[in-house]
Amino acid sequence: MFDFLRDFIDQYGDLLVQSSIDTLLAVSLATTLAYILGILLAVVLKITAPGSLKPQVLINSVIGWIVNMGRSIPFIILMVILIPLSRMIVGTSLGVLGSIIPLTIGAAPFVARIVESSFEEVPAGSIEAAQAFGASTFQIIWKVYLRESLPSLIRGAAITLITLIGYQAIMGAFGGGGLGDVAVRFGYHRYKGDVMVAAVLILIVLVQLIQSTADLIARKIDKR
Amino acid sequence: MIELRHLSKTFLTKEGSFEALRDISLTVEDGDIHGIIGVSGAGKSTLVRCVNLLEKPTSGSVLIDGEDVTNYSGRRLLNLRGKIGMIFQDFSLFAQRNALANVIFPLQLRRDSRKDAAKRGMELLELVGLAHKAKSYPAQLSGGQQQRVAIARALANHPSYLLCDEATSALDSLTTDAILQLLKTINHELGVTILVITHEMKVIETICNKVAVLDGAQIVERGKTADVFAQPEQQITQRLLGQAMAEAAAQAAAESATAVSASTTLTDQLAYLEVKSDV
Repeated sequence: MFDFLRDFIDQYGDLLVQSSIDTLLAVSLATTLAYILGILLAVVLKITAPGSLKPQVLINSVIGWIVNMGRSIPFIILMVILIPLSRMIVGTSLGVLGSIIPLTIGAAPFVARIVESSFEEVPAGSIEAAQAFGASTFQIIWKVYLRESLPSLIRGAAITLITLIGYQAIMGAFGGGGLGDVAVRFGYHRYKGDVMVAAVLILIVLVQLIQSTADLIARKIDKR
Repeated sequence: MIELRHLSKTFLTKEGSFEALRDISLTVEDGDIHGIIGVSGAGKSTLVRCVNLLEKPTSGSVLIDGEDVTNYSGRRLLNLRGKIGMIFQDFSLFAQRNALANVIFPLQLRRDSRKDAAKRGMELLELVGLAHKAKSYPAQLSGGQQQRVAIARALANHPSYLLCDEATSALDSLTTDAILQLLKTINHELGVTILVITHEMKVIETICNKVAVLDGAQIVERGKTADVFAQPEQQITQRLLGQAMAEAAAQAAAESATAVSASTTLTDQLAYLEVKSDV
């Protein structure tokens, strides 16, 4: 049994470690970028909503429509559509680097809705109080919406990270590198069941770790 | 001085227009604790929100210290609001900030240095008797304590005016008394002019030197509290007064019952007094 494990690690250890790093790198980079885009979208959606700080019906419905459209395109199709864009921006549509653009664009509209729903949790009274003390719109976004919804934003970030790990595994089958790629290439094409199982086990551990860490942090900082 | 001149506010809803305020004229002199009383839906909350322009009046004007501020916008409006403190029925504290951070929130909006702000925050918590709760979060505080923190927050910017929107309506009777006493102290010692919105006559009776009665979007009666109480002219005022007397009688009965049961032993009596002074 131990001999088997030693041989397995000798043979595939480096590959599995490297592809785990690739997956994490691609997913965390894409999540970061998707959050920058998604928070911007969510802020615009929130403050331009009817009855909100700066009601703008037209802007609100256009952004809302774009976000919904982004969310309704199946990820595999989005991936293909974005091949030229990815080549233009990062120079390739393959490997870790190539998966960042599709993952970011795929996740941003999702992030926008998740962040928007976190903002919904901030009581209207807190917003009104901030307004009554003379807070500007920017200060209300920064010091009230983002600050007050922080625990919820962290929970949302975990959901996004985990969703992107799933997307990244799909990309693996199309030259995206990472753990999904290993599972498909070795497990599916070369009938190496053990490598596939190992890759899937690593994915399971990663997901569990991300979820429990996020839960722990969110619980710790939530003062409600 | 706060002056409202011929103020009206009409809301447009899907069902049509709704008139919340009709031709309101009112003057709050410096040093007053001015009450505005009315039943639910009389337009009280809209009225108080017109003073700091959280609601924009449909017509009429708002004058603060003689200056017409009705059309203030941008930076000027934010600065104006900074000088008018406000407290709310549900306290509206920031749940993710501790008591001290809540109190200094208005200061941080003006980029005061952190150290100065913290010093001022502790002074204010001292004033409201909660210096020992500076690190507690709203969820760890009782309703009365939360409203004290909210009062400290409203005073952070040295405002000349304090708006109270049903500030004691979510509190029990003993806590209400304590908060009202605190407002009185703030008025006497810091010279803050206070505008109080309430549906409880008891609040008016306890702290207000002047009162206006709001009914059906209009002011139907106004004057010195003593005069209005002695000779209520309008039916709505008589009704509100009658209700207050019935409540006072009920409370007196309840309190004497408590006092009797508490006076059985000296320790019980002391414990009762402690409870009373703790709120």
